[in-house]
Formats: sequence, structure tokens, C-alpha cells
Amino acid sequence: MKEIRFHGRGGQGAVTAAEVLAVAAFKEGKYSQAFPFFGVERRGAPVMAFTRIDDEFIRLREQVYKPNYIVVLDPTLMEVVNVFEGMREGGVVVVNTAQMPDLPEGVDVRIVDATKIALEEIGKPFVNTPMLGALIGVTGLVNIDSLVSTIKERYPGEVGEKNARAIKRTYEEIKEG
Amino acid sequence: MKTVMEGSNAVAHAIRLCKPEVMAMFPITPSTHIPENLAQMVADGDLDAKLITVESEFSAMSATVGASATGVRAFTATSSQGLALMHEVVYAAAGMRLPIVTTIVNRALSAPINIWNDQQDTISERDSGWLQIYCETNQEAVDTMIQAYKIAEDKRVLLPVFVCMDGFILSHTYEPVDIPEQKDVDEFLPPYKPEHAFLDPDKPMTMGPFAYPKPYAAMRKELSKDVMKAKAVVKEVHDEFAKKFGRSYGNGIIEEYKNDRPIAIVAMGSVCGTIKEVVDKRDDVGLVRVRCYRPFPKEELAKALKDKENVIVFEKNVALGLNSGAMYPEIKDVLYSAGSKARVNNVIGGIGGIDVTKENVENFIERLKDKEGVVEFLGGDPNE
Repeated sequence: MKEIRFHGRGGQGAVTAAEVLAVAAFKEGKYSQAFPFFGVERRGAPVMAFTRIDDEFIRLREQVYKPNYIVVLDPTLMEVVNVFEGMREGGVVVVNTAQMPDLPEGVDVRIVDATKIALEEIGKPFVNTPMLGALIGVTGLVNIDSLVSTIKERYPGEVGEKNARAIKRTYEEIKEG
Repeated sequence: MKTVMEGSNAVAHAIRLCKPEVMAMFPITPSTHIPENLAQMVADGDLDAKLITVESEFSAMSATVGASATGVRAFTATSSQGLALMHEVVYAAAGMRLPIVTTIVNRALSAPINIWNDQQDTISERDSGWLQIYCETNQEAVDTMIQAYKIAEDKRVLLPVFVCMDGFILSHTYEPVDIPEQKDVDEFLPPYKPEHAFLDPDKPMTMGPFAYPKPYAAMRKELSKDVMKAKAVVKEVHDEFAKKFGRSYGNGIIEEYKNDRPIAIVAMGSVCGTIKEVVDKRDDVGLVRVRCYRPFPKEELAKALKDKENVIVFEKNVALGLNSGAMYPEIKDVLYSAGSKARVNNVIGGIGGIDVTKENVENFIERLKDKEGVVEFLGGDPNE
């Protein structure tokens, strides 16, 4: 089973990202589960969301405490939340930032400037979908086609096309390192 | 076809498939997505129902009772304080023998105010005469909604049903769910044809009238017997559903999971998924999941538990003034009546949204496996 934790701020779409990843994994014949950290949602407040992916139906209902992968939608969160908490050995953290942040020892962090890419491709700082592109570029959790088709189904028309372009760019950029 | 969708959305689809004619609802966290989704379906023309947006849960249940009393299939959903506000009408609905189905997205009761999951809200209605079925997964919530109308409307039952799903843990979780086809649901659940209760200006009748002590006591006695008799129909409808749709939940009343071991955990709802994960890693513990809590499955539980060395009752409610959960003395009663020598212990967990982890389950098993009569209260440390 793979467990993914998303860190964002209220309104950035961390919950949506977790759901989209779950749907994309299910498309590939895997079982999945996505849920928010059950809090009172306020715009701008730190939020978390979780996805689990497995080969069997997921019965486990506890929150994710030991993620394989962590996605940080907003680098300023790293000043207020320990985003590395509970990370499994061999885990990877994908952060939306232009500049590598100061890091504790022994963590594997990959960065991508998803805000810049979102502004260029979508025209708005919607970083959740491009960060999914970066996540799967690093981890191969699902393939790019499943993710893009999931996004296009969820956001039909031009919005979906723009998001798909942003996803493809972050996917390629982070792969090239 | 299976799709990944949110629990509340999945349940709304199940309700749509049941074709209720009147839905009276007032939103409250964490059940709000159910009325939202249903309102959208009505607006889009996907569901031909009268949606009444009322000003409180008291009115929601009152309007639902009124609608059901005119002989139509009626629905409402709520949580926590909403159910508490409905309380007076909840009892009336059962006494008037109205086959209403209500989805309860379980949440803690005030005070202090808390929006998260436990099962105090429905446990507090346990003596109301409503049937109560607790679901482990969103698929079970979908399937149970469809079964619930068939149970409620059965001439041998004619009682309202609470379909209980854990707030957030199920209602806000995306997971694979198979939404049945309308054609199959129509075959399984024919339109409601009221015979006993049918308010009609041309044929006036009174429902729930004043009753002197003797007829009142007689009616309560009959009601008590009838609620117990409903268990057979819960099972029958579950089995018929399993045959048609290929999905079953234990025997429809309880689910025994690896219950051939000396210790049994008894629990209800979504936490049973986490407990099953722990059971798989041990060889001394099994799970008995109570699916149908009201009527209480005395015979089934006696059979499943009487030969155990240790029974650990895990529950998400507190019976204040008794200093245990509500189900603990009920399980003890079952075991005492069966002449069982099992030691019984109680864990109150998941209160007010406290996460129940595999670690918690492992640890309470270790702490209680040699104990008797201990009541524990989990405080929220994931390793506790």
C-alpha cells in the first residue's frame, strides 16, 4: 500500500488533489481511498489530505501517519508545520517552490515551481493539479495519461485542457530534475 | 459500474434510486453533502421528488412524518444536534408505524460543541422504536439505504429505519462504490403502497391519537414485540439483496470475522475495517461486527460470543452515569443469559473524532486480554 499526504492551505485544492489521485489510480485497476484531515475548513489555514493506493480494497480507516510520499503545495507551510513528520524511509517530498528550502538531514526533497507554471498555463495560481504532475513524475504512482484523463473528466472543456498542459509541464520538468 | 466517489454523494445516489417522493431536510455537518447532492439531483431533473427546505431539524422530521402519513415514501438525513432536535418526533414516527428512512451521518453531541464522529447521536435514540443499521463502508451505506425502505415498508415491520454511517470517516471519504442500476433497484424495491396509514381528506383518520393507560400500554407492548420481530425481515431483505446484487454483510444482522479465536472484539461501523487489519496480524483475536443494533441481535450474539474467553466491547458512545458504553451492559446481559463464562471488558474510543489507529487496537487488546470488567477510555494518543 502507498500512502500520500498533501499539505496545503485552505482554498489551494489539497483535498481535490487527493481525490483526483485516487480516481486516477482506480482507473488503472488499483483500489484507492482519499479523505481530508477532518477539520474546520478556513481559507488560508493549513490543511491536509490523504490518498491511499493498494491492490485490494482498503479497509483501514486511520489517518495517514507514515506517508510514503508528501506533497507541499505552499512552501511557507514549512515554517509552521513539520511537513516531514512520520515520513517512511525512502520517502520523497515534492515541494512547490522556485528555490530549494533549508532542509533537515536525510530527507529527499524535489522541487518544482508549480506556481509559475500554473500562472503561465492556467492563468491562475491553481497549484494542486500541476503538483500532481510533479508527484507522479517523481513516483510513477499513476501514469500521466490516467491523470490527464481524470482531470479532463473533472474539469471538462478549456479548464481541463489548461490544467492538463500544466500537469504535463511539471511532470516533464521534475523528471528532467 | 464501480467508481471512486465521496460517501455522501454515493448515498445520495442510493436515495435517488429509491425514488422518495418527499424529502424534508436541514443541513448540518457532516451530513450536509447529502441534502446538497439531492437538491442538485432534483434541480437537474434526475429525481422527481418534492424537496422541502425547512427551518430546523424538528421541522424536517415533522414534515417527513406528515409526508409519510399521507402514504408516500419519505426521506430525511441529519447528524448530531439535528437528530437531538428531532427527538420528540422520532418517537412519534415509530409509534405511528411510519416507514421512514433517515440517513444519520454520525457525529458527537454537545457540549462542548464538536463536529466530528462518534455514535452518541443514534445511541441516544436506541429506545425510540427505530431500527438502527450501522455501516462499515460506503458501499454498505449505499446497499443498506436500498434495503432499508424494503425493510421499513414490509407489512410485518412498518417501522422507521436509521441507516448510520460514520461522519467524515465515511461521509467525506472517496472510495470505490458500485452504484446499482435503476432497473435492478426497481425490481428489488417496488413502489410503496400504504395500507395502514393514508391521510386522505375523503377518508379522514387520526394517527397517533390520545390513549388512556391501558390501550397505551398495550400499544407499547405490541410495538416492543414488533421491533424484535423486524430482525427476521432485516435478514431476509439482506439475503434477497445479496442474491440479486452479489454483495452481503455477514448474515445481515452481525458479521463474524475470524471469530474462531479465544478473544472477540465487538464493534460497530467504520472502525471495524481498522480492527480487521489488526485481526489479520494476530491469531488470538476475532471480530464480531454488530450491523443491526436495533433490534438488538441477542440470539446471534449469544451464539457468536458465549464460548469466548474474553469479549472486548469497543464503542463510540458514553453512557454517562453508568461509566461505560451503552452496549457493554447489553453484551453482558446476552452472555449472562447464555450462561457464558467469558470475561467482558469495554473500550470507549473514537469519541468526538479521536482517530482510532491499528496501534490503539493492538494496545487495548494487550492491556485487556487477561482482564475482566475493565472500562477504558481512549484519549487520542495514536500509540495509546
